[in-house]
Amino acid sequence: MTGPGATDGGRRETWPLWEVFVRSARGLSHVHAGSLHAPDAQLALHNARDLYTRRGEGVSIWVVPSAAIAASDPDARGAFFESPQGKDYRYPTAYTASADVPHL
Amino acid sequence: MSTATIARDIDADGQARFDEIIAADDKIEPADWMPDAYRRTLVRQISQHAHSEIIGMQPEGNWITRAPSLKRKAILMAKVQDEAGHGLYLYSAAQTLGTAREEMYEQLLTGKAKYSSIFNYLTPTWADMGSIGWLVDGAAICNQVPLCRASYGPYARAMIRICKEESFHQRQGFEVLLALMNGTEAQREMAQESVDRWYAPALMMFGPPDDASPNSAQSMAWNIKRFSNDELRQRFVDMIVPQAEILGVTLPDPDLRWNDERGHWDYGELDWDEFRAVLAGRGQANSIRIAKRRRAHEDGAWVREAARAYAAKRHSSPEEVAS
Repeated sequence: MTGPGATDGGRRETWPLWEVFVRSARGLSHVHAGSLHAPDAQLALHNARDLYTRRGEGVSIWVVPSAAIAASDPDARGAFFESPQGKDYRYPTAYTASADVPHL
Repeated sequence: MSTATIARDIDADGQARFDEIIAADDKIEPADWMPDAYRRTLVRQISQHAHSEIIGMQPEGNWITRAPSLKRKAILMAKVQDEAGHGLYLYSAAQTLGTAREEMYEQLLTGKAKYSSIFNYLTPTWADMGSIGWLVDGAAICNQVPLCRASYGPYARAMIRICKEESFHQRQGFEVLLALMNGTEAQREMAQESVDRWYAPALMMFGPPDDASPNSAQSMAWNIKRFSNDELRQRFVDMIVPQAEILGVTLPDPDLRWNDERGHWDYGELDWDEFRAVLAGRGQANSIRIAKRRRAHEDGAWVREAARAYAAKRHSSPEEVAS
């Protein structure tokens, strides 16, 4: 992906891709809404507002250059996300001795 | 081990994992291994869908300046803006499959890629804004709601957003027709004449009958499609018959009758020769639509230039450096 400047007079232009994250209300996390092309962050924000918040979907937007996102390898899923099997002790439900004790 | 053997092993593992995900009715995400044919099918379907939204701006754009009230103008503009947005959501989804947006545009502008045959019909009357909203967007919703569960994650997510916006389109179309049907005799005639023209093309939007739809079975096996063309068409007919009654319009199909045994409305044979002719480029507006799209793209070059120049200027301005 090339940055701003790759152009043939505006006819066929390649702008960087941005990932758009929208916070739907105060107190909630920003959630990925989609992506768009824009020459810089400010225009990406403007376009994101026009494209992803036409109906009051959000109170805050983040735009992140897609190229800046590092992702885990999907082929290494098994090894990367170690199986929770055999680690029941990480869940409160594993502790049964306190089951009938009030307020515990 | 040769590289070819290694590649074969990766493919075999990938295929097994892919089959597992599909069997579990789970989602495939962009970075996952997927069969080439699955990827190709999705790029074709999603970009075709995006092109349809982009071309779909034109029939309505045609009526913005002539809409009968300021409110109707504002509604049409919002609808056209939605369609542009739907196109962009979908291009983004298709891009995650590794096809550049420029390539998809190019295919649209050169006529290499198809878009829905429905947009090659002209919109000569205001009532067509009603018929398009009610029938065309109605058919689109019928088709699109199951796509919210498509197996490819980015496509399914884009469809959820699109469906949320689409029902406004259908309802405003219904209201346009209802207003006309409650109007003068001339207005009622205009509404009926428009419904007469749009009914059959809207039914054809679901694609050819199941026995003539070669890709359907594979798409259903991959959980891209959830229902066959004929199933969706039947669902749509069952939906609109009672709505037509409320509007007071007649659906132009002498074979339309309730079938007690099936619990569905029977409908007449559609003119598939016409469908194929329109798809092959012999519709009322094929050349108009593409020429206009190409012109819009070229005439809009200055906007892209300006955005780029503005971004470049801001990045080199002293304020930017100072802040």
